[in-house]
Amino acid sequence: MKVKMLSRNPDNYVRETKLDIQRVPRNYDPTLHPFEVPREYVRALNATKLERVFAKPFLASLDGHRDGVNCLAKHPKSLASVLSGACDGEVKIWNLTKRKCIRTIQAHEGFVRGMCTRFCGTSFFTVGDDKTVKQWKMDGPGYGEEEEPLYTVLGKTVYTGIDHHWKDPVFATCGQQVDIWDEQRTSPVCSMNWGFDSISSVKFNPVETFLLGSCASDRNIVLYDMRQATPLKKVILEMRTNTICWNPMEAFNFTAANEDYNLYTFDMRALDTPVMVHMDHVSAVLDVDYSPTGKEFVSASFDKSIRIFPVDKSRSREVYHTKRMQHVMCVKWTSDSKYIMCGSDEMNIRLWKANASEKLGVLTSREKAANDYNQKLKEKFQYHPHVKRIARHRHLPKSIYSQIQEQRVMKEARRRKEMNRRKHSKPGSVPIVSERKKHVVAVVK
Amino acid sequence: METAPKPGRGVPPKRDKPQAKRKKPRRYWEEETTPAAVATSPGPPRKKARTGESRPPRSKSAHIAQKSRFSKKPPISKTAPDWKKPQRTLSGAQDPFPGPVPAPLEEARKFCRIDKSKTLPHSKPKTQSKLEKAEAQEEEASVRAARAELLLAEEPGFLVGEDGEDTAKILQTDIVEAVDIASAAKHFDLNLRQFGPYRLNYSRTGRHLALGGRRGHVAALDWVTKKLMCEINVMEAVRDIHFLHSEALLAVAQNRWLYIYDNQGIELHCIRRCDRVTRLEFLPFHFLLATTSETGFLTYLDVSVGKIVTALNVRAGRLSVMAQNPYNAVIHLGHSNGTVSLWSPAVKEPLAKILCHRGGVRAVAVDSTGTYMATSGLDHQLKIFDLRGTFQPLSSRTLPQGAGHLAFSQRGLLVAGMGDVVNIWAGQGKASPPSLEQPYLTHRLSGHVHGLQFCPFEDVLGVGHSGGFTSMLVPGAAEPNFDGLENNPYRSRKQRQEWEVKALLEKVPAELICLNPRALAEVDVVTLEQQKKERIERLGYDPDAKAAFQPKAKQKGRSSTASLVKRKKKVMDQEHRDKVRQSLEQQQQKKKQDMAMPPGARPSALDRFVRRAREGGLQVDP
Repeated sequence: MKVKMLSRNPDNYVRETKLDIQRVPRNYDPTLHPFEVPREYVRALNATKLERVFAKPFLASLDGHRDGVNCLAKHPKSLASVLSGACDGEVKIWNLTKRKCIRTIQAHEGFVRGMCTRFCGTSFFTVGDDKTVKQWKMDGPGYGEEEEPLYTVLGKTVYTGIDHHWKDPVFATCGQQVDIWDEQRTSPVCSMNWGFDSISSVKFNPVETFLLGSCASDRNIVLYDMRQATPLKKVILEMRTNTICWNPMEAFNFTAANEDYNLYTFDMRALDTPVMVHMDHVSAVLDVDYSPTGKEFVSASFDKSIRIFPVDKSRSREVYHTKRMQHVMCVKWTSDSKYIMCGSDEMNIRLWKANASEKLGVLTSREKAANDYNQKLKEKFQYHPHVKRIARHRHLPKSIYSQIQEQRVMKEARRRKEMNRRKHSKPGSVPIVSERKKHVVAVVK
Repeated sequence: METAPKPGRGVPPKRDKPQAKRKKPRRYWEEETTPAAVATSPGPPRKKARTGESRPPRSKSAHIAQKSRFSKKPPISKTAPDWKKPQRTLSGAQDPFPGPVPAPLEEARKFCRIDKSKTLPHSKPKTQSKLEKAEAQEEEASVRAARAELLLAEEPGFLVGEDGEDTAKILQTDIVEAVDIASAAKHFDLNLRQFGPYRLNYSRTGRHLALGGRRGHVAALDWVTKKLMCEINVMEAVRDIHFLHSEALLAVAQNRWLYIYDNQGIELHCIRRCDRVTRLEFLPFHFLLATTSETGFLTYLDVSVGKIVTALNVRAGRLSVMAQNPYNAVIHLGHSNGTVSLWSPAVKEPLAKILCHRGGVRAVAVDSTGTYMATSGLDHQLKIFDLRGTFQPLSSRTLPQGAGHLAFSQRGLLVAGMGDVVNIWAGQGKASPPSLEQPYLTHRLSGHVHGLQFCPFEDVLGVGHSGGFTSMLVPGAAEPNFDGLENNPYRSRKQRQEWEVKALLEKVPAELICLNPRALAEVDVVTLEQQKKERIERLGYDPDAKAAFQPKAKQKGRSSTASLVKRKKKVMDQEHRDKVRQSLEQQQQKKKQDMAMPPGARPSALDRFVRRAREGGLQVDP
């Protein structure tokens, strides 16, 4: 007879002294871990609930402007500083860590229309209603010195926007036409236009740096090539586009903020169909900015809210609003991809977390591990109705809520009408047009 | 080993030259062309680069190596792959075991959670790739878990006879003499003739034991150290006893009501909604205490909030045979008509009914993997059923007395209590059913068996009988390696408290109890019809249904009731005619199809007769 009994030495399983940590032997045999799916589901449900409990995205409000904030600019080298221009021509530079204004400049008479920083972070440019382009030093003036621009260019027409080249000392302004400027000269190197209309914004492509995109008030988005000094092609949409923003990671994609409450992500190479139509706002979209990861972007709207969209989803992931925030004019995603700033009509700049329930500050490794685990669980069970309902729930102001309902009814009515029209006309005479193609009027090359 | 020329040194200056000549703007991805990557491909690739290929040649071997971790088959190829060739390091040392670690595929099968026989549902490419990726990750996880098996500290026990020796003939005293002192101390008898027969229950960690004597004796003890926690007499008949989620709470089914005591023996609750309870089962992950009563009710009590979740009327008379399936928390009830019914608190009707015996069912037990169910009946049969979908008996055996009590151990041993004898059968391994041919062990007790349970994580079988309690040694019964985060026999008080909070946080809702607990993670393939039905339910109407014709009201007396009816009738007739026409057309088409020749058949001169005959036949028919 050969016999062996299971006999454990307790010393191998309990700690030696009270100063040690407890021993936890593991065995991953599935029969010792029954109900792993239902338990994971419950964990996912709890994680989703906790995410909503901890969703407190609002961080700070920076007040000090004496008129609505019209434009914002990020500092390319410092995460802590941010620049803002107001409707009374005032420019302020803020320190985000202290949440204080560190410098105020009366830059223009009338609106500060556009603003951009130089890639090196030593100076910045502003354009205003007074038909001037000014370059300013980032550091304040020394003791006893006057606050003066480095240099000023007087133009013939009003400039409505400005953007700086990503590598070269070249910048572009827009107004009646798109002008390319050398920093050393007082007249534009070249100016390009296509049709006669005021252009509201111009943006340099971050990768193919000689490419520019602009949007004009005759409903079109035009792409220019700086080397040829000619426009490349344009796409005409149903309504006017307010701004565009290039995707910093997939720089052939850009997103346009449109007056028809939608945002359109286009592939530069195929403008006839947008890659995605992002719908959720209930009023004109005024500004858009990409996160540095290129996976999401934030949009500011006239409906007093900002929304975060994943690039490949047509519905927003998040909506931010407060009672006091009015029409949001400008929005920026900070370079560390963690925060969002928005400037609104009621003279405040607000700072939000990009991920509403994220814990700020240094995390311990256990916290990080728990966070990652919960994230994965939420992802795994995101389609379960109970989890989905909790994750999707957002409180909305009554005005936005009722407008969403109203627009749903209108959209349904339009759809029904079209369906009826199709039913009562010759087969094939009323074609089915996809939502993406519906909004593009024409592409001109 | 200085055979191969080291290409890394000589080439870079050569390579720099063409790059300096080239004045193409550098793209961001071009920085990936590190000296090593270019240098290892001598000759042709450099030429290519000069001719203006902007994309660097992707290193194929790296790509394959990365992919092979997720590939379905282990990377086996007839020609020696790159990683099999010895790779040189800077120091010149050679990796004696080149390439990835071989995957333990055999062991990984135990951890595999995906059913490969099922094909993925047809879906859009993006979803498809996501599903495939998830599957690959699961596979990877199972391989890793299998590798971690190496770290398990303990080996299971065993009992092997010398050649020709029958292990069933080995007595407990022989085993006690042969094993070490610590194990020998696990064999003991409690002589409690006064209040017997005894029911018993081990706590989930296997550390504590609760005893309940029919004549009111209730005791809880730490049986390893033999330390008594409490001992009371409830002055009432005790029918069953069960620990709740931890050893601190104890449920006792007494003559009238169900009582809950703590480990000091203090009565905490008297639950009057559960009356005349005969058997108790605790579902630890749902925090449900399932009770069956003489009145024929199966009641689920949520012990975390103290509410009754459901009380199901089984409609089968007195219930006294109950077992839980530890795999899916389904309750198995045995009835006097020979059936075993499966119950979930979410459903009012039994999930399944299995006819097991002629005559009543005396005992039911389900093994820890939830695959096999053992039943014994009044017909003296002991049967083992497969619970994986078919519910068919796998093996059966007639016992001289018939078993009154059955229990499975963690490693699949089956014990049956027949009168004052217990028989234990063993199978080939954990995942196979016990073979009923030859018993593994037998033992005669000093009284009739009244309760049986294998102690979790110890090679011990506890038997309650009319003479008291016996703790038997059964080598190879228990899982040797416990998981410290689930059931830790050596846990401290703090660890228990921590575990309790975690367990309560992830309490599984009672509605999720069903036959397949993994169903929650499977892809729910919705059929088109179901989708349509749901849509109709959501909208409140059928959007695709045709609305009934409503004639428009007309002026100048043309909208009389008669004319309205007439117009309505006209439209209806038109529709009817359309329908008839359509169906006729369909019929004709079908006829044509029927007569059409099969593809590849040659026309024959005799075809004309065939056709005519068919047509003639059709003409005659009406």
